[in-house]
Amino acid sequence: MSVLAHVFEAAGIATVVLSSVREMALNVAPPRALHCEFPLGRPLGKPRDVPFQIEVLRHAFALLDARSGPVLVDFPEVIETDSEPVACSLPPRFDATVHPAVDEARGLRRAYDRARERRGVTSVGRVVDADGVPAAIAVFAAIADGAEWKSAGIPGGNTTAVCHDIRTYYEEAALELVNGPLPGPRALEDWFFEQTEAGTTVLQARAAIRDSGAKAPAWFYMTPAQRP
Amino acid sequence: MNGDQAMRAHSATLPAPTFADPAFVTPPPLSTATVAIVTSAALHTPDDTAFAGGDAGFRFIDRNRRDLILGHWSPNFDRAAIAIDLNVVYPIDRLEELAAQGVIGRVAPRHVSFAGNQPDDVATIRLDTGPTAAAALRADGVDVVILTPV
Repeated sequence: MSVLAHVFEAAGIATVVLSSVREMALNVAPPRALHCEFPLGRPLGKPRDVPFQIEVLRHAFALLDARSGPVLVDFPEVIETDSEPVACSLPPRFDATVHPAVDEARGLRRAYDRARERRGVTSVGRVVDADGVPAAIAVFAAIADGAEWKSAGIPGGNTTAVCHDIRTYYEEAALELVNGPLPGPRALEDWFFEQTEAGTTVLQARAAIRDSGAKAPAWFYMTPAQRP
Repeated sequence: MNGDQAMRAHSATLPAPTFADPAFVTPPPLSTATVAIVTSAALHTPDDTAFAGGDAGFRFIDRNRRDLILGHWSPNFDRAAIAIDLNVVYPIDRLEELAAQGVIGRVAPRHVSFAGNQPDDVATIRLDTGPTAAAALRADGVDVVILTPV
């Protein structure tokens, strides 16, 4: 973002960066940066909090009054990443003939469909759509159980893309099922990897691919970096 | 160390391009300025081309579109936030409100999305796609850009 700020400024457009990594803003020195120590993925800070988002924009626009740069100002409020666990129902076991994660994914389908209907769009669909999610999970379950990953039939042959589709399917469905306040930063990530059968299966498949000696790009980006 | 702390620590070690004699534009008064959003969330509409891994290109987003797909390839941020509220990444409704209140002059007719996970040398966005997008927004009459990172 800081690099693009220089590029846009050179084209005659005044820029303000909402910085998320302070050292990068310091080092690249865009003309104007408002450093926002907010959870990554939330550059305006708080979803569905209109006054807070407006306050961030007002602080950002205020930097346009500077007559020289670079300007780097810290937004006065820090938002911590740590979140309360979400309370999110998971479907009961229904079909004992399939892997628990496959059964679980099928059981979430109605919630996912409601989410898609409500938002009018879905970010599932890099290599599989919602219909393909249970089968994609079955592939990872087989890998976790010892199947050779290269010949297991990973959709699109791209572990990262499939994992995005699976996780996004779950997170979009979960937004229809959570009880209580809105999920905090990374709370749905925690829920997916720590409470769902699918998350456990992805972690196990990732470990199996890694332990088979595969190069990092084949497994590293299947989950956030800090996951085991 | 939680996920955000780990990513911030890693990002702080990435190469930092330098800019000799950087430009510094004095914009018109905000109440008359045309404002656009440039995000690195790799947002795109369903009818547009998805972002490939390492994609150094950009997509335009029409001012009126809200049906945006998160095309970013990194698993290392809160990917669910945008499904809760698009504006937490792409504050288009906030700009519309500020324009209606007269705080800003106008909302730009189109906005720009890049992918945040770029090759370390960032050569393409610096020398090719970035200038192309910037020239297009300038031709649209954009005076001010707010950049939102993911």
